[in-house]
Amino acid sequence: MRGNAGYWAWVSLLLALIASGLLAYADQVTRGLGVTAMRDQVSWGFYIGNFTFLVGVAAAAVVLVIPAYVYGWRPIREIVIYGELLAVSAIVMCGLFVFVDVGRPDRVWHLAPLLGHLNFPSSLLAWDVLVLNLYFVVNFVVVTHILYRAYTGRHYSTRFVVPLVLLSIPMAVGIHTVTAFLYNGLAARPYWNSSILAPQFLASAFCSGPAILLIVLQLLRRFTSFELKNEAIWKIAELMAYAMFLNLFLHGAEAFKEYYSDTEHLLFTRYWYEGLGEHRTLVPYAWAALVLNAVAFVLFIVPATRRNWVTLNVGCVATYAGVYIEKGMGLIIPGLTPDTLGEIYVYYPTLAELRVAAGVFAVGFLVFTLMLKVAVPISLGEFQEAEVSGEGRHRAVAPAHG
Amino acid sequence: MRRVPFVLVFIAGALASGYGAAGVRPPQEERRPAQAAPGARIQVPPPPFSDGIFPCSECHNKDMPPNRTRRELTDMHVDIVLKHDETHRWCLDCHDADNRDQLHLASGEGVPFSESYRLCGQCHGEKYRDWRAGVHGRRVGQWNGQKEYLLCAHCHNPHEPRFRALEPKPAPRRPSRSTGVRSH
Amino acid sequence: MGDTMSSDTPHPVTRRQFASCTAAAAAGFLLTACGPRRLREVPKARLRSMLDDLEREYSKTYGKAVTVSDTPAADGVVFAYALDISRCIGCRRCVYACVDENNQSRDPQVHWIRVLSMDKERGIDFAHADAYYDAKEVPQDGHFYVPVACQQCRNPPCTKVCPVGATWAEKDGIVVIDYDWCIGCRCCMAACPYGARHFNWSDAGIPNEQVNPAMHYLGNRPRPRGVVEKCTFCIQRVRKGRYPACVEACPVGARKFGNLLDPESEIRYIIEHKRVLVLKEELNTMPKFFYFYGT
Repeated sequence: MRGNAGYWAWVSLLLALIASGLLAYADQVTRGLGVTAMRDQVSWGFYIGNFTFLVGVAAAAVVLVIPAYVYGWRPIREIVIYGELLAVSAIVMCGLFVFVDVGRPDRVWHLAPLLGHLNFPSSLLAWDVLVLNLYFVVNFVVVTHILYRAYTGRHYSTRFVVPLVLLSIPMAVGIHTVTAFLYNGLAARPYWNSSILAPQFLASAFCSGPAILLIVLQLLRRFTSFELKNEAIWKIAELMAYAMFLNLFLHGAEAFKEYYSDTEHLLFTRYWYEGLGEHRTLVPYAWAALVLNAVAFVLFIVPATRRNWVTLNVGCVATYAGVYIEKGMGLIIPGLTPDTLGEIYVYYPTLAELRVAAGVFAVGFLVFTLMLKVAVPISLGEFQEAEVSGEGRHRAVAPAHG
Repeated sequence: MRRVPFVLVFIAGALASGYGAAGVRPPQEERRPAQAAPGARIQVPPPPFSDGIFPCSECHNKDMPPNRTRRELTDMHVDIVLKHDETHRWCLDCHDADNRDQLHLASGEGVPFSESYRLCGQCHGEKYRDWRAGVHGRRVGQWNGQKEYLLCAHCHNPHEPRFRALEPKPAPRRPSRSTGVRSH
Repeated sequence: MGDTMSSDTPHPVTRRQFASCTAAAAAGFLLTACGPRRLREVPKARLRSMLDDLEREYSKTYGKAVTVSDTPAADGVVFAYALDISRCIGCRRCVYACVDENNQSRDPQVHWIRVLSMDKERGIDFAHADAYYDAKEVPQDGHFYVPVACQQCRNPPCTKVCPVGATWAEKDGIVVIDYDWCIGCRCCMAACPYGARHFNWSDAGIPNEQVNPAMHYLGNRPRPRGVVEKCTFCIQRVRKGRYPACVEACPVGARKFGNLLDPESEIRYIIEHKRVLVLKEELNTMPKFFYFYGT
């Protein structure tokens, strides 16, 4: 657990954010969710927006798993483990965001099958609880197995890992689809009640997840002895460009349908892109997200900018920011505004919500940091059981065959 | 919605009139018509007389012979403004000149104030029908048992029946970032 | 055990004490967890004794004799409501009668009924509706009023999304919430097309003297913080044969209530003789709350 000053500064920052989040959450527990800006009119907000975004991040590990395991594309295979670590941390954050959002955290055990009463299969939230937990377990088991084997100087068991990894591919699609269906199934909210929602969720997830990972991998390559071929990074960026194209296309298709048919359901789309009357709080965010996504697409589709480290990273940040806005506030708030009786309540998070959310993110980043701290040396073979370390630096996460 | 011809309901009402007698509360298990059958007496609270005005025969006794000429009242009841088809009607079209303590129908049949709805019903047939069915007007009591019908005159001033405007109760508080917790 | 913990002399907890306490806690948890959990699963006799406890607790808290009824749904009864749009004058008497009857929080304010003022020119159009109209007198020229509360759907979107089965439709059609089981996730609020569900964003503020002591366990008993609540057709009244509070409060007689299965009920008369509509019919929620034009 040793590290340099930068590492400790980072960990201290995260711990400070967690402390601040805990204090804010304690206040929320004492006084009720009234300390947030959520009200009956807009009954979900920043917490659920972040939850939705992070389910996407968790699902996105699969974009790396598919080429690595299905097509045996070797350069990506080395980084699959980091994708799965990211998935594990993202799910931890997802769980926490739901937890801080419920009115009765003391009763969350009611969701536990057998112990409580899970309203399955009727409730999509019940589905979400199941698939997210299962996805967490699968990824956690795979990661632990690979690292344990690497630690003991052995190669992971292909017979054990490959089926689980193959299982995690449909599961990744599944968790995000189920999360989309959570909103999609609500006929009361026309903004969400569109069959394009799940594909759109997947497309945007396949942008945001890898965007985080590309930056993490570059940092790892720079500060550790971790080696990664440039082609792997470029390939991921190229895949992101296709995903972003799909994302933009689906948004365009949705906007066309709303504006051209011009029904009363257009109200919500208009609230996002134009504002309604004097209520224009979200408009700058809407266009910022669109521009960021478009910029990222161009930077990733053009080979020259994809291979330039500066523009590549600008693209990653743009993707992350664009999708974060669009999948967080851009999905939840216009879905609920105007409310079902036509009332416009302008929601934006309170300081308490921001602090709690920052705390949750800090927990996720801390989990990710600590897992990397363990995983990187192990998978690089720098850290093994004493008796086998003599075998030398042996790339434990190396390809299984060949 | 499936529409049952009115006649059917009428017949059903007539059949049900067997136990339509007011004031008798049948056991809960028994089918009970919610609508009062035509012709049945209806349970109502006392009519809403102004203080000290009833019985009318206190003043309109044998010492005061009825003046059946249509005219503007100048000595008594000057506070009454007639805004109820006043071009065609005046007091004695509804109030009975021979028995001051009751009203009378167009046919001349006398009607006590507690049955004033029959008088109203002469012109407002559809409203009367709805009222008997419990759809126009207010009812108190039990949805499955004894119901009390308010008379037309409980809500509408018969001389000026248009419903008066009311001051509304306060609007709800608009939600804001500070309305989630107690305001003090 | 409390004595041991709070005694002044430091008194280390022995391993044995610790073990027995842990065992007791675990057993308690198991008993709670394995016994009937949601109120709808609790056997009648046990429910009554639970409600007796609640009565004692509430009576102590509010300083008056509180009763918590468990009157079940009657056979052959499905409740329905009808509201005469042509009569309603938007006076909001119903809103406050409902608050008083159902122990809604005064501060922060919870209103189960929302009276929407609409332009006569536009017809029923939620996008231009206004719940905050303020006027010296109502009705205002050019406006009509549509009060909206729970529509008691026959195909309720709210109950199916609840992840823990804390809300359901009773046999007599009243959609109720188990305030002791709700986790406050607010899925039902997102699913309700009528804005009928309300969340306790903080502790309810009701002055003791204003608490209505005639309660039903699925209706107007005080709701804890962090759970959802809504109109129950005044379950504590209607299961005893009475009219809902809003019906009796309406000065113009626009509100009608009765048994949908009784062909002689006011409700059936309205459905058969008047122009009837339900809100957001296209969503197939099949409300048991009908709006009609009496004239």
